[in-house]
Parts: sequence; structure tokens; C-alpha cells
Amino acid sequence: MATLQTRATARLMMSPAVILLFLWMIVPLVMTLYFSFLRYNLLMPGTEEFIGFLNYQYFLTDPAFFTALGNTLMLVGGTLLITVIGGILLAIVLDQPFWGQGIVRLLVIAPFFVMPTVSALVWKNMLMHPVNGLFAWIARSFGFQPIDWFAQLPLFSIILIVAWQWLPFATLILLTALQSLDGEQIEAAEMDGAGALSRFYYLVLPHMSRAITVVILIQTIFLLSVFAEILVTTNGGPGLQTTNITYLIYAQALLQFDVGGASAGGIVAVILANIVAFFLIRLIGKNLER
Amino acid sequence: MARSVTTQRKLTFTILGWAIGLLIFFPILWTFLTSFKTEGTAVATPPQFLFFDWTLENYHEVQNRSDYMKHVTNSVVISVGSTLIGLALAIPAAWAMAFSPTKRTKDVLMWMLSTKMMPPVGVLVPLYLIFRDWGLLDTRLGLVAVLTMINLPIIVWMLYTYFKEIPGEILEAARMDGASLMKEIVYVLTPMAVPGIASTMLLNIILAWNEAFWTLNLTAANAAPLTAFIASYSSPEGLFWAKLSAASTMAIAPILIMGWFSQKQLVRGLTFGAVK
Repeated sequence: MATLQTRATARLMMSPAVILLFLWMIVPLVMTLYFSFLRYNLLMPGTEEFIGFLNYQYFLTDPAFFTALGNTLMLVGGTLLITVIGGILLAIVLDQPFWGQGIVRLLVIAPFFVMPTVSALVWKNMLMHPVNGLFAWIARSFGFQPIDWFAQLPLFSIILIVAWQWLPFATLILLTALQSLDGEQIEAAEMDGAGALSRFYYLVLPHMSRAITVVILIQTIFLLSVFAEILVTTNGGPGLQTTNITYLIYAQALLQFDVGGASAGGIVAVILANIVAFFLIRLIGKNLER
Repeated sequence: MARSVTTQRKLTFTILGWAIGLLIFFPILWTFLTSFKTEGTAVATPPQFLFFDWTLENYHEVQNRSDYMKHVTNSVVISVGSTLIGLALAIPAAWAMAFSPTKRTKDVLMWMLSTKMMPPVGVLVPLYLIFRDWGLLDTRLGLVAVLTMINLPIIVWMLYTYFKEIPGEILEAARMDGASLMKEIVYVLTPMAVPGIASTMLLNIILAWNEAFWTLNLTAANAAPLTAFIASYSSPEGLFWAKLSAASTMAIAPILIMGWFSQKQLVRGLTFGAVK
């Protein structure tokens, strides 16, 4: 029943949000693209000139890029592995009836609301500190040599912190999916003699598969851009051991003032994220039709 | 037929559930406890869990730092400001998309979502230069603008999924009963839309409060919110665990409580309606 008039009103109501978002997306992106073809360093003003794909060539052949790409994949993959498997197990436990279920649920989702700088510093200092940290004390009480987390296992330490932050997200979404599972179906399987493992494998897991995909895709988008946790704990070090793509580009832009090089890196990061986004958008779009 | 739950089974899961819950919550609990210790007790070995001399000294000292309240104010202004502007932009847009959808509505929604997929580092350079040239670096205005745009897609999406659930027939019925447009909005729409708007607001304040890419890169001393203030505790020469804990506790407590209240809406907001 949309008349011409209501349609015009609707367009008017949408336009501020649409126009602003369009500008927000397109203007900086075009600028990044433009800068990526220039030699442009803030420390050498006035020397800007068009250099074609040279910035891309430098960025993509720099050994630091491959290190950062590897670290990014490890960080995303490691965190996903911990949060998805942990999330499934936690969701199953939280789905069982027990005393204080509501409170435990609140405890489990709490880390998600802690700002990244706080979680990183609390973990680095109060838990992982090689002398006064709680982990060191636990290790010593059992007669082990404490681990110097950020010196010996820097990337793994960051993965642990990030996984702690994202485990609640995975748990909450998987739990929501689990709760929509038909209880009678499970019961029927049980009566037919299906064991707990085969019930999980043939009923629960397929039911959760969509939610698992959503968790993986959404987390990947955010995990590609992990930044604050690295900045306040290791500054990308030691060496380049905890430098991911995001941090590498940040360092190139705001520490070395290489606008051209950082822009080329930015475009590479956008392309990487778009590969993931492509699948996510399709998945959510499919859901919208139902 | 509900499955019968044996007491033994329930007891097992109670122990298991609480053990896991406390383990995951422990870093937050530990921060909370440490905030009441003296700097000496905070680094003591073996660690002091409950039986130490509780003190409020750290809270006094952190608050007495001349700039602490400024950072709190910045956090409040930036997160609430960006959320309110975002809502002002998004409510009409989501409304139009939910109640007079066209063939292209879905495309617009998907396109909005796709802007959220852009990695911030891809536009760091131009944004930094624009901010520098326009004098927006280290200003609250600049951060409010950036965070508004960052969260706008989520706000539109969440509102859209809520507005979609309001049955259009009710509006028509009110109109048939002779309600004017004004009355329709005040008495029919608002009561049905407010819960959705409120939870959208809550979730977005949380997201903006904790945002730590732009707040760290675009602020220095003046406009830095709590995320950036806490980051200043990372310098090795100033390692004060008890004060870090007190500052952290104050920075996360209000948002944690808001998060607990909005936990049901969290799933919808963060998955763009893909999981409800």
C-alpha cells in the first residue's frame, strides 16, 4: 500500500543515515587508494610524487609483511580454535539445569564487557608477570619454573588474552542456538538408544552449525583488527613476533610517517577483510529472506 | 514431557558450572580484590586473597589525579553522544525500512552492514590527516563523529529487527479508530518501540565505551577516554598494580552492569539479527 507520497517520505527519512555512511565509507577509502600510489612521507613534505605500484611492491615483498600475515593468521586461527571449541562445551554445560545457572551465565559473559586495554594490562601484569604474577606463583607452588609469558610465548600470550575476551561472545551465541533445539527430538533419540556422543554429533552439532559459522565469520572480522591488546602489552615485539597486519600498518603510518606505504598496506588489509566479509554478507543476506 | 533431572546430575553440573564460571570470571574478581590492597600487598608472594587490610586508598589516589574525572567525562560524552546522534540518524531510517520497504531495502541494509566490515586500519591514514588538518585530533567532537559512523550500521540493523516485529495492523487499526498521526506516534508506536530502542542504546553505549582503536589513535591528553587513560598504565616505570586495579574497576564496573542487563539483546545486536 505504499503510496507515492509515503515512499517519498521513507526516502527522506533514510537519506541522512545513508548519505553520511556513504561519505564515511567512500571518502577515506578513495583517499587511501590515492595515497597508496604516491611517495608521501610526512617527514619529507613537498616530495610527493606518483610512483605507481611501487608502494605495493615494497609492502608485499617486505619480510615484515609475511611475518605479520603469519602472526595475523595464528592470532585469528588460535583464538577461533579456543573460543569455538570452548564455546560449544560451555554452551552445553550452561544449557543443563543446575543451581545458580543465571549467576554463572553472568560470570561467563562478563569478560566481553571489559575494555581491551584493561584486560590486556590485567593479564600481562597481575596474571602473567614472571615474578609476581599469579601464574608464576601457581607454577612455583607445584615446583615448576614459571614461564616468562611475554618473552617466551609472546603471540600465544596475546592469543590467550584475546580468546578470554571473545569466549563469552561465542558461548552466548552458541547457547542461544542450543536453547532453540527441540527437546523432544533429543528425547526420541535417547529412547532409540543413541548415546550422548552420537546425540551430540548427529543432532546437536548440525543444529548449531549455522550459529558456529556466524561466530567464526563475525569473530574473524574483529580479530583481523586486534590492536589495543598488542599496543599495551608488547608493542608488536619482541622483534616482530606479535606484529599483526593492523599493527604493522599502524607503525608504518603513525611511527614512521610513511603515508604512501601505510596506505598500500591499508588497501591490502581491506582486501583481506573483504574476502571474509563476502561470505558473512551472503550468510546474513540469506537469513534476511526468511 | 520435561526430562526428569536427577539430583545427582544436577549437583554434578552445579559444581562443574560454578567452577568454570568462577575460573572465567577470576581475572575480573582478582582486579577487584587487588584494587583494595596496598601496592605492597598487591605484589606479595604468596598472593593475598581475602585476608589483607582492605583499603580505599587507591580509589582516593586515582580520583585525586587531577585528570581522572576528565577521562571519565570524556568516556561518558563520547559513548553517550555518539549513541544519541546515531539513534537520531537511525530511528527514521530503520523505521522507513521496516514499514515501507521497497525492493532495494534489503540491498541498503546489506550495504550498511558491509561498511562495518571495513578494517579500521584501512582508513587510518586519511582519517588521521583529515583530523590533523581540520583540528579534530584529540577532540571529543572528532571522536563522537567517528564512533557515530562506526556504530551506525549496528544501530540501524538492531532497530530494524525490532521495528519489524511491530505488527503493521495495529497501526492501521489505530488509524481506523480515528487516531491522528500525532496520537498514533505517542500512544501506539512509542510504547511498542521503546524497549527495542532502549536495548539498542544500551548495547551501543557499551561498544562505544570499550572502543579502543580510534580512541587510542586519535586522542592524546585532552580527549582521551578511559580506554586511553588505562593504556597509560602500560609504561614499565609506572607499574602500580593496586592503582591500575582501582582505575580498571571503576572503568569497567558501570559497563559490566549495563552489559548484564542487556545480555539478551547482545546476541541479536552483534550477529545483525542472524541469531536470535
